[in-house]
Amino acid sequence: MRFQLIGVNHKSAPLELRERLAIPESRLPDACRDLTAYPGIEEGMVISTCNRVEIVAHTTNGHADLRGFLHDHFHLKPEELDAHLYEFREKEAVRHLFRVASSLDSMVVGEAQILGQVKEAYATARAIGAVRGQLDQLFSRAFAVAKRVRSETAVGSSSVSIASVAVELAKKIFGTLHGKNVFIIGAGKMSELAARHLMAHGCASIFVANRTYERAIGLAQKFNGQAIKFDDLYNTCDRADIVITSTGAPHAIFRREHGEQFLARRKNRPMFFIDIAVPRDVSPEMGKLDGIFTYDIDDLQQAVSSHVADRSKEAQLAEAIITSEVERFEAKLHTLDVVPTIVSLQDHLETIRQAEIDRVRGRMGELTPEQEIAIEALTRGIINKVMHTPITTLKTAARESEATTVVDVVRRLFNLRDKEASPEKKNEVGTRQ
Amino acid sequence: MSLLWLRFALACYFIGLVYAFVALTRTSDLFSRIALHAASLGMVFHFVSLTELFLSGQVVWASVHNGESLLAFLSMSFFMLIYAIYQTTSPGVVVFPVVFFLTFVAALDEQPVLLTQYVSNKGWLAAHIFLIFIGYASLLVSFGASLLYLLQERRLKAKRSTSLISFLPALEVIDQIGYRSLLLGFPFMTLGLLTGSVVAISTYGRLDFLDPKILLSVLMWAVYMLMVFTRWNSGWRGRRAAFLATFAFVAALAAWAANYFSAIHRFAAS
Repeated sequence: MRFQLIGVNHKSAPLELRERLAIPESRLPDACRDLTAYPGIEEGMVISTCNRVEIVAHTTNGHADLRGFLHDHFHLKPEELDAHLYEFREKEAVRHLFRVASSLDSMVVGEAQILGQVKEAYATARAIGAVRGQLDQLFSRAFAVAKRVRSETAVGSSSVSIASVAVELAKKIFGTLHGKNVFIIGAGKMSELAARHLMAHGCASIFVANRTYERAIGLAQKFNGQAIKFDDLYNTCDRADIVITSTGAPHAIFRREHGEQFLARRKNRPMFFIDIAVPRDVSPEMGKLDGIFTYDIDDLQQAVSSHVADRSKEAQLAEAIITSEVERFEAKLHTLDVVPTIVSLQDHLETIRQAEIDRVRGRMGELTPEQEIAIEALTRGIINKVMHTPITTLKTAARESEATTVVDVVRRLFNLRDKEASPEKKNEVGTRQ
Repeated sequence: MSLLWLRFALACYFIGLVYAFVALTRTSDLFSRIALHAASLGMVFHFVSLTELFLSGQVVWASVHNGESLLAFLSMSFFMLIYAIYQTTSPGVVVFPVVFFLTFVAALDEQPVLLTQYVSNKGWLAAHIFLIFIGYASLLVSFGASLLYLLQERRLKAKRSTSLISFLPALEVIDQIGYRSLLLGFPFMTLGLLTGSVVAISTYGRLDFLDPKILLSVLMWAVYMLMVFTRWNSGWRGRRAAFLATFAFVAALAAWAANYFSAIHRFAAS
């Protein structure tokens, strides 16, 4: 296992540096080519997202100079870059990659995008041949692990942003959001974001009211909605099912009597007020009315934090899955490491067997087909019995750290030549295991 | 034989009963699926039981136990209909215990408890029973929905973590379930009372409005109508609707209990 991984992420490096390292999609193939052309690197690929830039490689000796590659490729001085880099080798590199693919290393733990981004990077590198045998296995496993984490834990199941919590709550009240109307009061960034989320979930139309009418028109145009004069607010508000309010008013603009009016006009159909203004726009008294549901910024924030806490609990389960998967992957790779030795051993003994048969054949004279078969069976039987223990020992050792020593001893004992088994034979042994 | 099938059905409904209690404390998709399948299987046994009773030619719908069995089956059918439309098992929290109780009582013994008065108008009597029972079943579902509505409303107002008792569907979905069953049940209840009056007049020659059965039935119907009206006119829901629904449900229970006091609607072991 000669995997190496180097990179920066949102925790290790500031945005300015990540910006300089980011590689646009169109230039990813070239970056991968440069990487594989770098000394000591057999296979390599680059993952570049807004929160991370990472290089994963399978190297000839496990000590390739990936830092050097980064300095050269991005024309950065070591003092600019090195303090922000993290670097993992072998097992730790595998673990890190599994964590990244499973979204445990993300800024928002459990977000679903990262897996898609890693898959894209993998596809790009594979298309140009930068990823073949070892990395191919590593990434296939990483995707399987990510899938397992997603299905066995609830790490990505709850909403962890204000806007998505608002959508979730709206759905708890209205079921489907199709055909629901949204009213934005006070054209701020946050309310715009929440409205965008609601519209994406099927809300029908949008009204916008702002103290400055022009700004209301501007925002309404963005959503193909309707601007409302601020003075008409109370007359039109009941047309909305969901109200997002974020004005800079010093006092509550919605009071109990307004709520009662709205409900009367709406025949008591429920209304959902998302109050992200500080000080609050909706008086707590109004929130007590049957059919009026008010969530202020603290309530939303609290829901977000409790979801984040749920996620971190789930993330612990996910870490346990990752640990066991890393062990499994390592064991599998180690088994593959001993395969060439097993093949060499089989070849070596087969050569001896053939040579011995040829040597005595002259002395035995003409043999009947039955005798030929008997001799074949006898000699093969002996060889198999002799080979059985060393092969078993090799396979057992493969799962432990002493693998290299055992491989070395077997090679010396049987005086095996230092050659790699051909891929066909490798597969043959692989299936025999 | 019919009783044996009914007892099988009861065993299945028992799982539903357990679900009803568990669902209030925690959410389990697996358990709600199990409860649903058990309830479906129970309905099959129940259907076989009712069919056998019908085919045996000894059908006496005007017997308390057969009536309870039929009402339980109709309530369960209502529940399944709601599941087919809304994909939610949550009304089971209210429906399952009632269905279990009704089936349990019906499955106790074979002793027919019959209407004391001989009724000559068999067709009208059968129509009365069927119609009124559909009305009862929809009232039960509507009552259940109003309780679930309150529960969900409280939860949303309390702003607690959404992971708690999340088996509840969205507030508007619960509201729709309640309102639709209310609307569906109303004509049945009305027609059921009318056919009952026809049977009473043809048997006794007049309607005794002071008889507790008739008095309570009319009261129940009046509350029912008030519920439909307030909902249609001013969209009453939440606490006020739940209050009315509870009142109508209690009135229905009282009307049922009146069988023991009523002179005209009395049942006794034969």
